[in-house]
Amino acid sequence: MKAKVKSQRAKLKMQNAKCFLYQCLSVLICGSISVHAQNDGAEQNKTGRAGTFAIVGARIVTVSGATIENGTVVIKDGKIAAVGAGVAVPAGAEKIDGKGLSVFPGMIDASTNMGLAEITLGLAASVDLAEVGDMNADARAIKGIHPHSAHVNVTRVNGITTVLSAPTGGTISGQAAIINLNGSTPDEMAVIKDFGLVINFPSVAGGGRGGGGGGRFGGPAIDFNQAVQRRDQAVEDLKKIFRNAEAYLRAKAAYARDKALPYPATDQKLEVMAPYIHGEKPIIFSAERERDIRAVAKFVGEMKVKGIIDGGQEAWKAADDLKKNNIPVVYTHIYSLPVREDDAYDYLFEAPSKMQAAGVKFCISTGNTGPEVRDLPYQAGIAGAFGLSKDDALKSVTLYAAEILGLGDKMGSIDVGKIANIVVADGNILESRTKIKYLFINGRLLPLTSRHTELFDSFKDRK
Amino acid sequence: MKKITVYFALLFLLLSSLRLPVAAQSKNSVLIKNATVMTAVKGTLESTDILVENGKITKIGKGLAAPAGANVIDATGKYVTPGIIDCHSHSMLDAINEGAFSVTSMTRTRDMLNPTDITIYRALAGGVTSANLLHGSANSIGGQNTTVKFKWGHAVEDYPIADAPPGIKFAMGENVRQTTQAPQPGRPLRYPRTRQGTIQTMRDAFVRARDYKQSWDDFNAGRTKVQPRTNLELQPLVEVLEGKRLVHCHGYRSDEHLNLMLLADEFGFKIATLQHGLEAYKIAPEIAKRGTGVSIFTDSWGYKLEAYDAIPYNAYILWKNGVNVSINSDSDERMRRLNLDAAKVEKYGGVPEQDSLQMITLNPAKQLGIDKRTGSIEIGKDGDLVVWSDHPFSVFSRVETTLIEGEVYFDRKKDGQLRLDMAKERETLEKLDVNKAPATGGGPPRIPATTRQAERDDAEYGDGGHR
Repeated sequence: MKAKVKSQRAKLKMQNAKCFLYQCLSVLICGSISVHAQNDGAEQNKTGRAGTFAIVGARIVTVSGATIENGTVVIKDGKIAAVGAGVAVPAGAEKIDGKGLSVFPGMIDASTNMGLAEITLGLAASVDLAEVGDMNADARAIKGIHPHSAHVNVTRVNGITTVLSAPTGGTISGQAAIINLNGSTPDEMAVIKDFGLVINFPSVAGGGRGGGGGGRFGGPAIDFNQAVQRRDQAVEDLKKIFRNAEAYLRAKAAYARDKALPYPATDQKLEVMAPYIHGEKPIIFSAERERDIRAVAKFVGEMKVKGIIDGGQEAWKAADDLKKNNIPVVYTHIYSLPVREDDAYDYLFEAPSKMQAAGVKFCISTGNTGPEVRDLPYQAGIAGAFGLSKDDALKSVTLYAAEILGLGDKMGSIDVGKIANIVVADGNILESRTKIKYLFINGRLLPLTSRHTELFDSFKDRK
Repeated sequence: MKKITVYFALLFLLLSSLRLPVAAQSKNSVLIKNATVMTAVKGTLESTDILVENGKITKIGKGLAAPAGANVIDATGKYVTPGIIDCHSHSMLDAINEGAFSVTSMTRTRDMLNPTDITIYRALAGGVTSANLLHGSANSIGGQNTTVKFKWGHAVEDYPIADAPPGIKFAMGENVRQTTQAPQPGRPLRYPRTRQGTIQTMRDAFVRARDYKQSWDDFNAGRTKVQPRTNLELQPLVEVLEGKRLVHCHGYRSDEHLNLMLLADEFGFKIATLQHGLEAYKIAPEIAKRGTGVSIFTDSWGYKLEAYDAIPYNAYILWKNGVNVSINSDSDERMRRLNLDAAKVEKYGGVPEQDSLQMITLNPAKQLGIDKRTGSIEIGKDGDLVVWSDHPFSVFSRVETTLIEGEVYFDRKKDGQLRLDMAKERETLEKLDVNKAPATGGGPPRIPATTRQAERDDAEYGDGGHR
């Protein structure tokens, strides 16, 4: 037995030596290819280039299954064509030496305003976040997203390949889009053009329409019951909009059956609500406190819609209601301070692990306008330091996010058939010291350049 | 009446016990055993002990014996770094900006310190032991700063570091010009409104300070018998001219910061730090030549126009040019994760680990003139130390214990117990008549705002902002 182990080890050693030789050789051969890859115009062409690629000899963190220590990933026609330890490199494929590198699925941020605001403070001309008015279901983020925003490249070179971008104004803000962070037009970027309806759910304390308010700095004391009544009224107003949309759609359907009826004038704001009030597409409710999250759950149950919580500071406390109504949480408060003075210092760092323990479906997102979306991996990492397992921390910005966005079969893991949104890094992508080495979106190999690398190149050697 | 008095006395007692934490245990000596010690000056030492006696580090080595009565902390498998120093913070300050004038050098953040601010405790839980508490950036010349140690639980007078050199906040750019604020009807525009006016306001202040100094020099030399009237606005600026007060100047655009350094050249003083300096990489040689420090965010950018050219390679380029760089938070939230901001410096450009660590420890100490006592793990320095569960540059690391001068101010295990105590106290308070729901005989409770703490910084934009 012992001898057998020994001989196996020797065999392995031999293999490793062979492997090493092979790798040395492949560095010599592929080295020139990858140098070629860097200089074929990809630097100028910011949308990268398509092709058949094989990442060879890398550690493959599939996320969905076991990590493959020394494997190959083949990318073809924009998709992941093969994954595994013994996968053959197809003829004509461009080889990428993955020795010492790890392959991850591109990260997904399910709460941003990417492309809707270039500079939020003091430059209103660059901001398209919030439309005037309170009920703007027909405002579509995909029509406002600036594909050439500097935030796009800055974000993706840190391994984030897909984001949800949402409008912010009023009670019904509009419809959020899911985009890949590559493309010359919004349509080229789009994964789902109109993914969900964004609603700032009326809350009891401050914020949102009809909220109790009270001011940030100890404003006037307000009777709690009165604040609840105001919130309830605001929720009633919201329900009325839903009922109006229902009535409108019924009238349209009736006319379609019987042209003798008066023709119902088109109302775009109500018309676009059809898939949302019928529960075909999700509604993204921003809500933080337990009582507000429970109110959302009640609304979702009563109106028979599909809900997602955005924010979700205290979602773990309302786990029963959330589970009953199949509401997942896009958690955006790793980079927030606890609200109450007597909250534990790690109250918001621990929330993801508490959601996990309570069986609430969740993902971690930045909730950022654009500039700090690139910190997504570190936010997941911090949750990993406070109760969440490292595996779940990674899932919370890949597979869990994909599942919540209805893309679980298309992205979020390294599996055959999925969109080739792939990051190759020199370590764990959640760690802030890790460097990204290769980036693929939709199977296109992208240059690792951004506004920041360009400025760096311009000034790094100034004497 | 008597009953009400009793109620209030009881309430006061309970509230005060809730708000004022118990002062950290005072121990004469602490021995941290068997840690991976990142000294910030002499590399990383494996399986090493650190002895702190009477607040000072007295021994660093292997297998040190614990003096009688010493607090022994087993740090096996853990990392120890110097306490983090945040060179730009507004924590503890009940007011940040005096925005009525553009020159408010007479104001002092020292008068605004709130030792019960919970953000102090949260900063300690992120490994921060010292901070530069700055006036806001509403003014070209703002107020005087205070350099403190976060001695949570102590009286306010224990916070300022007594031998830290005094400093003052200057500011340039969008906040001073008030161009990031929505114009309010009836509110007149304040001078300066342009970058030309900003530097001219500074020049005017220094011309007046020079004249004021001359009048005192004349009086002190007996050339005149008429004593000049004391001017609290100009006095601190005279100290700047005399090199006795450090200038920390908020700004973003490189040309603007360069203008300030040229003004300082002209008046014969040195700028201690360019604060933010997110474009400092464009003028790294000019900064290096003057020995001026830069205190930056690692990678915040794009939140306003003057931060649009900020790049995460800033620290690297400055470091390569030999500039003293520190990484600050300017935020009660970011303050809790400065270790990860330092880690990013390794990522962008490849600054070595120890040099990156120095950017949140020794470098800010030098910038604040407190490096003789803190900022690195060396014999003779204050026992300002942080014990981490993992490498401090790993996202998966947590602060286990934070010590200032050998006293434990944060301990994760103790924190667990404090939470239970707090919950019990909360329960007791909720049962008091005054806290009963309105329908059951209580008064109307205040509705807590959703993001009060988180938005404290933002709210200051109303006065001209600071970030």
